[in-house]
Parts: sequence; structure tokens; C-alpha cells
Amino acid sequence: MLLSEFTFFVLAIFVGIEVISKVPTILHTPLMSGTNAIHGIILVGAIFIAAGASSPVDIGLGLVAVVLATTNVVGGFVVTDRMLEMFKGRQAPKPAAPPK
Amino acid sequence: MTLVIALAYLVAAVLFILGLKQLSSPKGARNGNFTAALGMVIALVATIPLLHFTTAGITVIAVGVLIGAVVGSVGARMVKMTAIPQMVALFNGVGGGAAALVAVSELLHFGTHPQFAEAFPSVFSIVIGSVSFAGSMVAFAKLQELMTGTPITYPGQQIVNGLIAAAILGFVIAVLAIASIPFSFIALMVLALVLGVAFVLPIGGADMPVVISLLNAFTGLAVAASGFTLNNFALIVAGTLVGASGSLLTKLMSDAMGRSLGNVLFGAFGQIQTAASATGGKDARSVRAGNPEDLATLLAYSRRVIIVPGYGLAVAQAQHAVRELADQLEKRGVEVDYAIHPVAGRMPGHMNVLLAEANVPYEQLKEMDEINDQFKDADVVLVVGANDVVNPAARSTQGSPIYGMPILNADQAKNIVFMKRSMRPGFAGIDNELMYDPKTIMFFGDAKDSLTKLVNAVKAA
Repeated sequence: MLLSEFTFFVLAIFVGIEVISKVPTILHTPLMSGTNAIHGIILVGAIFIAAGASSPVDIGLGLVAVVLATTNVVGGFVVTDRMLEMFKGRQAPKPAAPPK
Repeated sequence: MTLVIALAYLVAAVLFILGLKQLSSPKGARNGNFTAALGMVIALVATIPLLHFTTAGITVIAVGVLIGAVVGSVGARMVKMTAIPQMVALFNGVGGGAAALVAVSELLHFGTHPQFAEAFPSVFSIVIGSVSFAGSMVAFAKLQELMTGTPITYPGQQIVNGLIAAAILGFVIAVLAIASIPFSFIALMVLALVLGVAFVLPIGGADMPVVISLLNAFTGLAVAASGFTLNNFALIVAGTLVGASGSLLTKLMSDAMGRSLGNVLFGAFGQIQTAASATGGKDARSVRAGNPEDLATLLAYSRRVIIVPGYGLAVAQAQHAVRELADQLEKRGVEVDYAIHPVAGRMPGHMNVLLAEANVPYEQLKEMDEINDQFKDADVVLVVGANDVVNPAARSTQGSPIYGMPILNADQAKNIVFMKRSMRPGFAGIDNELMYDPKTIMFFGDAKDSLTKLVNAVKAA
């Protein structure tokens, strides 16, 4: 188990570097924000610990962890979308719109 | 059943990779975000059959997800475009905090003498997650101007930080080798939080994007470590992807500023230069200040104008005003372009986002390499709230903190109109020779007010 986990880990390092190596400067911020949302997958871990919670300590830890992780996921994807939405808007009014 | 779950995790991982790929090209970027979000949904749904719910557990998850979803979506929707960088910092920090708490919870269940292979990733996750949480909060406070954006330094700072790191290492060894008891890993968490704060304090506001990117990579690694503890492949792959791509992105960002990562993190860049360098008598020198009418005439009868936007534009929310000015000039047949320095604003790409919001045509946004040769043909360069990115000291003054940073060749234009709130230096805390250039006319005031005045004056001209 540990060995295959480690294999995944090492391969993912190379993929992670390779996949974004050609990003243009203008996309640095949205890309950072997008990867930020992806690490919100810690929500999977948070619901693991929260699901089995019975003692007050576990409940407290689980609740805070789930709240924080969900905020990370939802906020991360929404804010990235807001940034990228604007990038899209710039191409639409292209056809030589006469100045107002 | 486990096979189905494993396959679902695989699909999720592939979607994350495809999402990142799309996010790094302008065409597919928005779809990339959806792709990654879809991967997230699949990973979460696939996890549900693995859970053993207690009655309390179901409620905790339902309430937690509800609160988090409301806070996250409302926060992300309400935030102004100018405040996006600190919002990213905040969302990154909470992710790091969640990773640390998951690890604490796991350690509580492992007993006092856990297996190394399980305890080590937990301890790693606590340290890195807590540093990321606390560091991101300081980055947020600096960008939101809840505290000063200038570096906070004191003598022996690196030694103190080193001692905190050493204490952390001591507790790591204690947890792993002696006994894993709540006292030791809570102490570990507190020390890591302190280190997170101490680590970001001496870094200036202008460098926060790089710091946030680095902490983003940290959170990714903390998440991957949690994956090792929980034996969960989705966490390992997604966390590692973020850790690796985030590290590369951090390097790309500091490269764009022409500085090494070490210099960004430990250089206390942006401190007010007490030495004030060799040119002490600067204050005595005069600058030329212009009025809107004269400047409007200059602009309206130019053939080519290049606008250099900077953070001042973002602060003043002047993106619409600048677009209006460009429209007015174009109506008179002036050719207008925008020169975007890679680190203009507070984040790479910040200016593109803002100007795109104001519907500035994409074709007019020129990257530095593309436009730098054209400044010499420009009649007027209009610098709107930018400073360090047009400071010739980066080329000429060895020893200047920004020496070596690639800059826009604004000084080669025939005229330079420098819009600024005051003579105050920029983030780098150094004087800008360009303001004293005989070709330069200063136009003081809030960027939005000044631009509106110019628009009216151009209309009248």
C-alpha cells in the first residue's frame, strides 16, 4: 500500500510540473486560484473524520475542519470562475464597436 | 465496490490534470475550472460509501458543508475585483487549517505509539498546514491593509525564526519517537502557527502574490500528507499536483520580477531604504506638474499613446475611467495600447483581469516583450498608478533593490505623463528617477479623479 501510494506521489509531482509549464503570465493568478480550489479536496479527509465523530472533541474538530475545507472548495472555484469570466468578456465586444 | 470507488478517484484525478492543463491556456481557462470542479464533485461523491456514519457525524457534515458553502460562495461573489488576491490568500489559509485539523484528529486516534508511516505524514501535515494557515492570514491582513504592508523586521529576526523552526523539529521528534500525546502535537501546532506569522511578517506587500503561491503549494503538500495518513489516493494525487504546480508557479512568479525566491522570502524587500542611496539631494530637485487641459491637448494631438497601468489604477477602481479616456482618444484617431508589466498590480495578471472587466479589447493589452521596442515611437506614455515597473533604476543602479528587474521602457517615449497620488515611493520603497526626467509631467491626484478630468478635457479639446 505504502509503496503504491509513494509511486502515485512521485508521478503526480512530475505531472503537476509538466502540465502547467507553459502558462502565460496573464494566467498566473487564475491558475493559482484554481489550484487553490483543488487542494480543497482536503474536504474528503474532513468528512472522513467528521463522519465517525462521537466524542465532543471529535465533533468539534470535524465540524471546524468541514467548514474550513468546504469554504476552500466552494470559494476557490467561485472566485476563479469570476476571474475567468472577465477574460471571456473581452473577446465578445470585438467587432469594431464604434465608440460611444 | 472498492473497485468502483478507485475508478471514480482515478476519473477525478484525470479531471484535475485536464483542468490544470486547460487553466494554463487562455482559451480553455474557464472550462478548466469547471473540469476541476467536476473532478471535485466526483471525488466527494465517491467517498460517501467509504464512510461509517455516527448519528452525530451526519449532522456535523451537513451543518459544516452548509456553513462552508454559504461563507465560500458569498465571500467569493461579494469580493471586489481589486481584493481578489487577499481572497485567494484566505481560501488557501482555510484549506491549510483544515489539513492540520484532520491530522490532529487522526493522531488522537492512533494512540501514544503510532506507526511511523502513519504518524509522520500527520505530523508533517500539522506543521505545514498550520504554517500555511497563519501565513495566509498575515498575507490577507497585509493586502487588506489591516496592518502595514511594509516589511516588519527586527535585529536577529532570522535567528528567532530559526529557533522556532528548531523547536518545531524538537516536537516532531518527540511525537514520533517518544510519545504522541495531545500536549505534544498541540504544542507543535501552536509553534507552527507562530512560525507562519513570523515567516510572512518581514515580507513586503508587493511580494505577497509570491508568498501566497508558495503557501498554496504548502497546503497542497499538507493535503497530500493527509492522503498518506488516511490511505486515500484522491488526496495524495490532488494534493501533490497542487504542491508541484504551485512550486513551479511560485518560481515563475519570482522570475517575472527578476528576483530569486530566496530574495523574495528573506530579502525584506520593500523596506524604506534608510541609506537613501547616493542621490541624497533628490528632494531638492524639481518635478514638472501639469494641469488637465495641457495634458489633454498633448494626448489628443498624439499619434500613439501607450498606457502603463499599475496598482494605483486598481486601488482607485479606475479601469472604466481609463477605458473611457482611451475611447475618446481613439475617436480622434490616436492609436492606444496598454503595456502590461508581468508584475503590475498586486498579482501577475491582475491588470488583465481589471481591464478585461472594463471591456478593454484583448488586442490592446500588450505584454512587456511585445511592446518594449515600441516605446521609442510613442508620443506619450501615460503611467497610471504604476511606479517600480517603469523605474530606470532597475537598469542602471546597481545595489538598488529592484536592480535587474525587467522594466517597461517608458523613459524612451517622447513624453511621459506620470499620474500618481503623491511623490511617495512605490512598494519597493525607492525613489523613481523617471519622475525627475525633463520629459516627464506629473499629474497628481487619485487615478480615477484625474482620469475623469482628463476625459472631460479631451472632449473639450
